[in-house]
Amino acid sequence: MKRLVLLWLVVSGTAFAVDPTTMPTPELQQRYEEITHGLRCMQCMNNSIADSPVGLASDLRRDVKELLLAGKTDAEIRAYMVQRYGNVILFTPPVSGSSLWVWVLPVIAALGGVFVGVRVVRRRARLVDQDDSVVDTEESPR
Amino acid sequence: MNRFILPVVLFLALAGVLYIGVRHSPNKSTMVSALLGKPAPAFELPVLGDPARKFNSRELAGRPWVINVWGTWCGECRVEHETLLAIAKQNRVPLVGLNWKDDDEAAQQWLAQLGNPYGVVAADREGRTAIDFGVYGAPETFFVDADGIVQYRHVGAMTADVWEREFLSRLPKAAMP
Repeated sequence: MKRLVLLWLVVSGTAFAVDPTTMPTPELQQRYEEITHGLRCMQCMNNSIADSPVGLASDLRRDVKELLLAGKTDAEIRAYMVQRYGNVILFTPPVSGSSLWVWVLPVIAALGGVFVGVRVVRRRARLVDQDDSVVDTEESPR
Repeated sequence: MNRFILPVVLFLALAGVLYIGVRHSPNKSTMVSALLGKPAPAFELPVLGDPARKFNSRELAGRPWVINVWGTWCGECRVEHETLLAIAKQNRVPLVGLNWKDDDEAAQQWLAQLGNPYGVVAADREGRTAIDFGVYGAPETFFVDADGIVQYRHVGAMTADVWEREFLSRLPKAAMP
């Protein structure tokens, strides 16, 4: 059974690799993969264009490849996509403009959580101190 | 009393954030085009049925026009076809078809069978013009104003209601017959 699962994992790994594109150099290949994994397939929202089999995704992969071969930088290629599809196409929204709050809010929420947590713990600690004194006096007669 | 203020404020803040998130979720029908307020991409493509002829989007410069992205492989396109025919009959604004990643023969057959609402159909065989328009699923319909600026994008089947509310309303009064 274990072997079967393992075999399935190995086979499915290749079966689901929808993108047969190879770039002329390993450096370009790495950049190509990084970019395509960071772009949302607009037809299937939670897939990247690297692992979506739909036609639009393969067209966008073609564009990424062509732009890379034309010597464009990663930032220029992402800008090309954002210009057409908006920030929503990026899995990592930019740390500026209206999407800044996406980055800032979790930090504020986490700090708020720590603040509330500390307060609760302190209050409990104070209550326990008082309890101790009560318990001490009550327990001693037993 | 005092100890309720902080939780209530936090709750309201979270509710507000989630509300915004839900309202702006990337829903197919509400996703706003990145091209709004920007110049429509220029393109030159072979004309469906007459590939020797090229259609250049500059031919429509100086007047408002509408571009509808469709394909014979697209189910919703069939749904909206009747509406497009009715729109074409009104003859209020040039309607350009962008036949997206389709087969020439199938597309021509479709128009012969169902009727042709388009003034001209550009054949986008490689899907490049569609990508320039930020198209992610057919049908999509764009309103381009006389200055060549994209003013509206509708995703999904066109309806008489959407046409009146979002497209006709954007036509300048002078352009009306």
